[in-house]
Amino acid sequence: MTALIPKKGYSRDAVNLLVRVVATFGAMLGLFILGWILWTVIEKGIPALNLSFFTKLPTPPGMEGGGMINAIVGTVLMTFLAALGSVPVGILAGVYLAEMGRQERFATVVRFVVNVLVGVPSIIIGVFVYGLMVVPMKTFSGYAGAIALSIIMLPVIIRTTEDMLRMVPDSLREAGLSLGIPRWRVTVQIIFRAAKTGMLTGVLLAVARVSGETAPLLFTALNSPYWLHSLKEPVANLTVTIFNYAMSPYRDWQAQAWGASLLIMMAVLVTNIIARAVFNRQFRGRK
Amino acid sequence: MLARKPRRKLFVWADPLFVWLTRICASAIALLLVVMLFELISDARLSIQTFGFGFLTSTDWNPVTGKFGALSAIYGSALTTVIAMLIAVPLGLLIALFLTELAHPKIAPIFNTAIELLAAVPSIIYGMWGLFVFAPYMAKHVQPALADTFGYLPLFSGPPMGLGVLTAGIILSIMILPFISSVTRDVFNMVPPVVKEAAYGIGATRWEVTRGVTLPYSLRGIVGAGFLALGRALGETMAITFVIGNSHRISASLFASGNSIASSLANEFSEASDPLYLSALIELGLVLFVITIVFQALAQWWLGGLSKKGL
Repeated sequence: MTALIPKKGYSRDAVNLLVRVVATFGAMLGLFILGWILWTVIEKGIPALNLSFFTKLPTPPGMEGGGMINAIVGTVLMTFLAALGSVPVGILAGVYLAEMGRQERFATVVRFVVNVLVGVPSIIIGVFVYGLMVVPMKTFSGYAGAIALSIIMLPVIIRTTEDMLRMVPDSLREAGLSLGIPRWRVTVQIIFRAAKTGMLTGVLLAVARVSGETAPLLFTALNSPYWLHSLKEPVANLTVTIFNYAMSPYRDWQAQAWGASLLIMMAVLVTNIIARAVFNRQFRGRK
Repeated sequence: MLARKPRRKLFVWADPLFVWLTRICASAIALLLVVMLFELISDARLSIQTFGFGFLTSTDWNPVTGKFGALSAIYGSALTTVIAMLIAVPLGLLIALFLTELAHPKIAPIFNTAIELLAAVPSIIYGMWGLFVFAPYMAKHVQPALADTFGYLPLFSGPPMGLGVLTAGIILSIMILPFISSVTRDVFNMVPPVVKEAAYGIGATRWEVTRGVTLPYSLRGIVGAGFLALGRALGETMAITFVIGNSHRISASLFASGNSIASSLANEFSEASDPLYLSALIELGLVLFVITIVFQALAQWWLGGLSKKGL
């Protein structure tokens, strides 16, 4: 009860003020670090982004010039393939969790596994796909890279799909079923339509997340200084190129690594901002 | 009525088919985890048979003589994670407090967006920034200052090279900070306004409401977020690989170079030609995999009673 008797006002106000100042300072520090990182990447990246960066192949070590067109193509292609594989499976599994398996114990198991998979380090996925595909096929390949990326995307898509479907009120489902429409059509034509924006946001965020992934590609797609001939061979990609170039002693390569970093960061951040803007607009419209 | 009947019969298989399709996709996920575990165990078998339990307690790491032990990598992962948590948890709480209680409603969304974006920046960007900007800064300003002030402690001895365990831990803390602060913010927002208003009503200050109402109310969620952040920090690869220095040794000094499980994998996997070397690296991966599964399971068990939202 003693705590309820106000102490002298000054010290309480002083502590309160101190906490406010410290918390505000902490938030400013976070914002400052974000600004510092963004500014560094932009400042060092812009000089490297010239025409040859987007049109030429890499040069041999130590030679000036060259570009990353093969790595840009490789990253876009593998990310696209990964999305192609994981979006349908992920959405169907999300439908199971949110619609079909509501009363089944198995859904609890799947949900647990999905949460675990979200937390599995991406480098472990790389090691797994190395054993699964690279060793039997005896070569690093673009397919292995795409598979690794799709395994990373899958749990993210399942989770957002489930969350978005659950936001659709049950009365919509009941209304559809009471008209005698089969469940699959209720799901596809009514529930999906209601949750469309949220699901799209989830897919966009998952794509943004994997397009910046490096670790899983180190042992699967590896890298290549050549044009993309076949996905059965090592495929050039931006992130592993950044890693190799940054660790190299050549200034020109390090400068290009900054250029590639800027490209990747902008792609990821712009995708994120678009996804959130779309989602927020839908949300506000509903309220 | 007569016209509808044949149509229904035609598609009577569609519904069970769809249900089973979703069930198969869901089963594929559950299967994936099991397959991953078996694949890693079978790829690491050579190393498991050669070194047994000693793998976890040995500090040897010598590809030439074929002696491998995981202790230095486990130590490095644990140490960087501890440093990261020591910095990121208090700072994350402060940011969450700022966002929910202090920030003007007009500027809070700006900070919210900034934090979400900080979380979205790929880890290789943090690595680049760490290697070329932050590590030189540490070597020039922070580490000499620390050595001057606390140089008598073995923790802060040795040459200030910039690269090393301390730098890796700090960069790791920046990476998990947005996760901790956004989850904590969500947990703070789940506190019923009535309870807080009651406290304000009897004249409590903002800090007293935070300490007496918000924090106790959301402690469970904060601890759960801590588990999840711990799992993330342990598995973070690229940012650490850039700055930790990559040497297989255990040093008392935070300025010394070291390695972590994930950074060893990223650095050495492609040069491991010997089957035993490769198998030892995969066993390292297996150790990390098991650790993250344990932390995930703990977090989920701990958060069991809480709403799944945001976690």
